[in-house]
Amino acid sequence: MSLLEIKNLHASVDGHEILKGVDLTMNPGEVHSIMGPNGSGKSTLAAVLARRESFEVTAGEALYDGKDLLAMKPEDAACEGVFLAFQYPVEIPGIGNAYFLRSAMNAIRKYRGQDELDAMDFLPLFREKVKLLEMDGALMNRSLNEGFSGGEKKRNEILQMAMLQPKLAILDETDSGLDIDALRIVAQGVNALRSPERSFLVITHYQRLLNYITPHFVHVLVDGKIVRSGGPELALELEEKGYGWAEPDQVPA
Amino acid sequence: MSASVETIRELAQQEYKWGFVTKIDEDRVPKGLNEAIVRLISERKGEPEWMLDWRLKALRHWMSVEREQGEPEWANVKYGPIDYQDIVYYSAPKQRPVVDSLDAIDPEILRTYEKLGIPLEEQKRLAGVAVDAVFDSVSVATTFKGKLAEMGVIFCSFSDAVKNHPDLVKKYLGTVVPHTDNFFAALNAAVFTDGSFVYVPKGVRCPMELSTYFRINAAETGQFERTLIVADEGAYVSYLEGCTAPIRDENQLHAAVVELVALDNATIKYSTVQNWYPGDKEGRGGIYNFVTKRGKCLGVNSKISWTQVETGSAITWKYPGCILQGDNSVGEFYSVALTNNRQQADTGTKMIHIGKNTRSTIVSKGISAGYGQNTYRGQVKIMKGATGARNYTQCDSLLIGDRCGAHTFPYIDVRNSTARMEHEASTSKIGENQLFYLRQRGLKTEDAVSMIVNGFCKTVFRELPMEFAVEAQKLLGVSLEGSVG
Repeated sequence: MSLLEIKNLHASVDGHEILKGVDLTMNPGEVHSIMGPNGSGKSTLAAVLARRESFEVTAGEALYDGKDLLAMKPEDAACEGVFLAFQYPVEIPGIGNAYFLRSAMNAIRKYRGQDELDAMDFLPLFREKVKLLEMDGALMNRSLNEGFSGGEKKRNEILQMAMLQPKLAILDETDSGLDIDALRIVAQGVNALRSPERSFLVITHYQRLLNYITPHFVHVLVDGKIVRSGGPELALELEEKGYGWAEPDQVPA
Repeated sequence: MSASVETIRELAQQEYKWGFVTKIDEDRVPKGLNEAIVRLISERKGEPEWMLDWRLKALRHWMSVEREQGEPEWANVKYGPIDYQDIVYYSAPKQRPVVDSLDAIDPEILRTYEKLGIPLEEQKRLAGVAVDAVFDSVSVATTFKGKLAEMGVIFCSFSDAVKNHPDLVKKYLGTVVPHTDNFFAALNAAVFTDGSFVYVPKGVRCPMELSTYFRINAAETGQFERTLIVADEGAYVSYLEGCTAPIRDENQLHAAVVELVALDNATIKYSTVQNWYPGDKEGRGGIYNFVTKRGKCLGVNSKISWTQVETGSAITWKYPGCILQGDNSVGEFYSVALTNNRQQADTGTKMIHIGKNTRSTIVSKGISAGYGQNTYRGQVKIMKGATGARNYTQCDSLLIGDRCGAHTFPYIDVRNSTARMEHEASTSKIGENQLFYLRQRGLKTEDAVSMIVNGFCKTVFRELPMEFAVEAQKLLGVSLEGSVG
């Protein structure tokens, strides 16, 4: 059975239709990349799948693990194993990173009927992942994302992903604003999590990230629709020829 | 409207859990306020002549202010006229005359405190907290008196202090908040019924937290307690107060006065968790909490620290302040004020710098939800002689939903050019993006809001004694229920 099956998905924000019929099927263990120009609906697709409520689904369906994803609240989708690495992670003053992450893990464990983790179970795991992402341990005692640089915030997203162990991880332009070193570390974090059960939807502008995270499939999203799909070579072709090339109907100005 | 806003609203609409009424026989004076009533109150309490005279002087002052000016109107709160002749100024549980052991207290009252989570039996109390319980107009029990007395610490009801320690009371009563201070302080001075008295002698560090638990029970009554805490040279005391009231449709007046005096090198830490009945969702009923609290750092190197968590009351009007008279004295004010539904709060502090090198810190966190209106009003005054004075003020407002309000009125008056003042202020809203972020990680909306609010209040909660901090966090969660929408 496929992990995610999206059919004819339409979605609007403030009355403007952004997604105009997206079809996408992902199987467990697959890495799919969505590429596309600014404003094509990449982040909207990510937000809709993570069930952000200010994005209205007007038509279509999305089955996740056989369940109706579009009927779920954000927290239920999260507890079912959907994770979104945010393009712009938010800051929450006064709430420590570790405390937040343990609360999140326990909320998910509770949903699944598992025992909560106490600090003794949590800390070794946490330290291991902090090391994997080459993060400054002192940062973890600070408030969530507060005073973090852009790159540190992105790494923190991947750290959270590594802790929460989702089934479907959506990375929304995680590579934007990262220097080469940070990019390598982030990719390393993602690759360490690749497994036959876990799928990734990697949203990016640039082919660059895909040098580090090799996808099984690349899709090109233009004006709210997937206009072309292919293997990793499609990303290279796009890099060379631009998005105008990918959309046959569009006449370049 | 987004669903998260809906949830915020639901979260703000939780029931008040302390709203029950205790059935007991009351001994109350007739409604109304005049000289005869004040004499009656004084007589019921078996007070000496000087105390009665003090009350009558205050009453005359109050009456002339009421006639000529009426209530103060500068606060940013709205309420209908209060009929001061329609209030019962003294109501006490009928009981056997002297309370020396808990056996003499009406078992219904003991059960009330039990229900509120304040067991008065000493062996049941958490170690390290002595409690004075004030029920309507009188103190019904004070625990651990004996143990404290061994160290010379006096902790008793105000009435007992008037009888047993008249010299101390006479020396300090009204020295920080005179009866002429303001309308409600004058009213309190005329009709105050009970409260707590604390004296910590020279060089003594009070071995446990002292605490007063105030409960309004009777209908149509006001509560007018008066607390006086004196820390003698080098002494230290930490004092906590908590308060609740039953659910009633009418508004009830609570006009308390608290005076603190710190002598040379003394420290007083005063914490409040105020949870009077806030009224219902439409704003019916609830307590008018019009309170004057002030501390005087009389001695050198003395320190007074106020921490308040204000979640209850229909209207809150209070400005716990510090008069920094002794050189090098320190004043602190840490506040969390939450207004939900139709609650209104106008609260803040006054820091009056008189002595040299005096320092003050103000951290105010206002949270507004529902239709709540939250005002910070603070005065920092540096007098001519206060060379080297410093103040740091941080004033943050958090809005939940789109129907509430946050207002800030800082007054800064500097008359000495060596003063250093810092003022930081911010207003933020719990954003959809913050909530979505936390929910995307698996947290339920209520838990997400509660987490954001607790993070916002962290610097203040850190100042509370441990047991109270946990309590305060829970209370905040409950008071916010129904606020997410």
